[in-house]
Amino acid sequence: MQVSQLLIFLILFPLIAAFFLLFARKSLERNWIVKLAALAIGAVSLWLLVAGFDKGMMMYGVSGKVLDLAMLAIELVIAVYLLWLGLKHKKYSVVILVVIQAALLLWFELTFGHTLVELPNNLFVDQFSIIMAMIIGIIGSLICVYALGYMETFHEHHKEIADRRGVFFFILFVFLSAMFGLVFSNNLLWVLFFWEITTLCSFLLIGYSQTPEATNNAFLALAMNMLGGVAFVVALIYLGTLDPSGRLLELSTLLTSGYAIAIVPAVLICFAGLTKAAQMPFSSWLVGAMVAPTPVSALLHSSTMVKAGVYIIVRFAPVLTGTTEGLMIALVGGFTFLLTSCMAISQSNAKKVLAYSTIANLGLIVACAGVGTYNLMWVAILLIIFHAIAKSLLFLCVGTVEHRIGSRDIEDMGGLIERMPKMAVMMFIGMAGMFLAPFGMIISKWAAIEAFIQAPFGLIFIIILAFGGSATLFFWSKWMGKIISVMRNQENVEKTVPQDKWTVLWILTALVVIVALIFPLISSALIEPFIMDIYGQTTRLAEANIIIMLLMLGLLILMPFSMLLESKTPKIAPPYMGGRTTEGGMKFHGSLGMSRDLVLSNYYLRSYFGEEKLFMVGVLACWGIILIALVMVVGVVL
Amino acid sequence: MIPDPWAAVLNAVIYLLLAPVVGGLIAGIDRKITARMQGRVGPPLLQPFYDVGKLFEKENLVVTTTQNFYVLSYLVFMAVSGALFFSGGDMLLVIFAFTLSHIFLVLGAYASFSPYSHVGAERELIQIIAYEPMIIITAAGMYMVTKSFYVSDIMQSAVPVVLYLPGVFIGYLIVLTIKLRKSPFDLSTSHHAHQELVKGVTTDFAGPNLAKIEIAHWYEYVFLLGVVYLFFGFNPLLAIAAIIIAYFLEILIDNTTSRVKWQMTLRSAWLVAGTLGIINLGVLYYLRMVVVP
Repeated sequence: MQVSQLLIFLILFPLIAAFFLLFARKSLERNWIVKLAALAIGAVSLWLLVAGFDKGMMMYGVSGKVLDLAMLAIELVIAVYLLWLGLKHKKYSVVILVVIQAALLLWFELTFGHTLVELPNNLFVDQFSIIMAMIIGIIGSLICVYALGYMETFHEHHKEIADRRGVFFFILFVFLSAMFGLVFSNNLLWVLFFWEITTLCSFLLIGYSQTPEATNNAFLALAMNMLGGVAFVVALIYLGTLDPSGRLLELSTLLTSGYAIAIVPAVLICFAGLTKAAQMPFSSWLVGAMVAPTPVSALLHSSTMVKAGVYIIVRFAPVLTGTTEGLMIALVGGFTFLLTSCMAISQSNAKKVLAYSTIANLGLIVACAGVGTYNLMWVAILLIIFHAIAKSLLFLCVGTVEHRIGSRDIEDMGGLIERMPKMAVMMFIGMAGMFLAPFGMIISKWAAIEAFIQAPFGLIFIIILAFGGSATLFFWSKWMGKIISVMRNQENVEKTVPQDKWTVLWILTALVVIVALIFPLISSALIEPFIMDIYGQTTRLAEANIIIMLLMLGLLILMPFSMLLESKTPKIAPPYMGGRTTEGGMKFHGSLGMSRDLVLSNYYLRSYFGEEKLFMVGVLACWGIILIALVMVVGVVL
Repeated sequence: MIPDPWAAVLNAVIYLLLAPVVGGLIAGIDRKITARMQGRVGPPLLQPFYDVGKLFEKENLVVTTTQNFYVLSYLVFMAVSGALFFSGGDMLLVIFAFTLSHIFLVLGAYASFSPYSHVGAERELIQIIAYEPMIIITAAGMYMVTKSFYVSDIMQSAVPVVLYLPGVFIGYLIVLTIKLRKSPFDLSTSHHAHQELVKGVTTDFAGPNLAKIEIAHWYEYVFLLGVVYLFFGFNPLLAIAAIIIAYFLEILIDNTTSRVKWQMTLRSAWLVAGTLGIINLGVLYYLRMVVVP
């Protein structure tokens, strides 16, 4: 089978599954369709890996003119739909943005529609696309399977929310289809089409529960992403003016056409990427998106949506290398990393902590891509992989925990190791994957420091990493400490978690560990050839260091077994409570003979890392930097 | 440059065997000098070894058996990070292993669910985030001077590192106070009974577990002072003198200051890293990149 057929399968098959799901009435039917479709998508993604990992960039012609018109028509239908919704909910900022974007698109079509030649290669695939496809195809479809059980419980808990599961799963699979389309498209018009579909899907998913809060946050996400969409269309118009035949609309041509031509569209499209990747000042939409059911958050944060944002920025990184514009984009990412890492310290809502951590990690990816040297590109791709796995695991764990203990507050997760032991171990591994040596994210942080120190102005980012990295350490460790604290006489509540969910969670947990073990292979088979093709040189960690890391990981895996080796069971004593003033059972004597339960709470250091203050700083700083970058672009155009 | 593997392994083994002895002696000397500063006679030089020996003889009393795992991991990864350092490995990898080992200590304290060890754990975490940026900046600074992250290269470099990194060196000495658990930054647990009777992060560890923590501290002392050596690698005698003076200064500061609040610790450590560290590296960067490219 040809690779091109695999690409078309991956784009179209989720779409077909989506339509089946729209009409599946019984949950048994839905379960089977989702599981089989997920299996097929995962398997074909792996097939694509096997078939394409050693072939470099391959391009495929798919006859375009009819499809182009169909896409334009769909985009206009969507615009009308959004216009109607915007007017209905009185969200005039959305209305204005929709009108502007539709007008620009129509103008583009009327001006250049007759001069555009049919592009020879609308689809392409290279190692980076394959990596993205694996993330979407494996992690994305695992999340869809998890969503089956989750939504069942969700609607039992929330009787007030209309059960629209058919539509829900329809959108999930359309989302996957659009993501595949996005990473395989070589034609920027197609990229824009899929880009807008992902915006629409996330809008609909965030607003799923139809509460006023959900609707508001959905529109916030829509407005911010539409702003990026407008910048994207402007970039296309600019390219059309440069060459009315439209050859520059081919991504592979544009990326190699040099600074003078590519920098303006690169900055505009990276601006769109910043909105989609929820960088400051646009971070609030992703934080607001946590009102959605947890599988949606997991999907948005790990394998779709925000990853589309960083995908496009990493694609354009070679254009940004060594430019001031690129440095500006990198600074937006750097500040976002630093500030959101600090903001996460002050949060006790588990999903909010995860959201800020996602934004921070995306910021780091953007910083790497913005500076854009070959070794930073390597780091950026590695970060995308590690982050997707660990973050999806953590979201799904938090979702499951929330349904069992009835809270998503970290303060309520005390003693989880007694109440939900398996889940606590999974969360522990997921968090270790996010910040501890020798797991994924710390490997990337390490490589990032080594790469930044050789890059121009890299010192700024080393400092940012030094401070932001320790903030990261703080909020993960105290959360870890919360779940592993051993409170007595707790009831085990994880027995009711269905087998499907366990399967998904175990696969993701295993992936966190396996990918930390085999990342040198991923690097040499996929990332290094990709970077070699672009820059003519590549990078990797020193072999001795990789061996040391693997030995450390082995040691870490062995350590828990030390508990089995203990010759005699140690004597158990109650924790120290301060002597005479306490009685048994973790209680303190109060006045008038009252007894008070012991309550322990983590530090949130709000006076230092308060959300509002840091958010204001970030918004001002990042808007300032973005405006400078845009002014520079205007300078280039004039 | 990656060091010769056999020499590296040999150095690591020597460290693993000798560091506890050297570290224990340092602790003994520390206690003796501290006692003299306070007008006491002080314990015998080998008292730390007697203490640890006695702790090992005691019954292993725990709040939860998972504590054993966390404490053992703390000790093992502390030894690993020191061994990596003395075998000439990558400075950043050493720092990450070092952080990992501390996280295990913190988790061990969290695990017991006692209010005292809980507060100790939170404070230990604050100490970690207070000193971490400065340590990373130190590694970055050494790279900028010697063009390598490998300890073996930095040590053998003929460049007088300290002359290029005076700000970083002072910054490192200040966070060293945090790391050695000296006043005014001994928030999470102190060596002195006048500071606290309930020993913060180590409250719920007893017997062999407490002994392991003590040994981990000895490994840590040797590693931390090894970093001081790197600043003076061009002249070993000077380096040893610098280590002795630096440690004496730490004891002096310990005995002449009183504990500050965590706010002050975090603020002063970040301020030092943010001013001395950044200005030093900034100047160096400017000289290297702009003046003499």
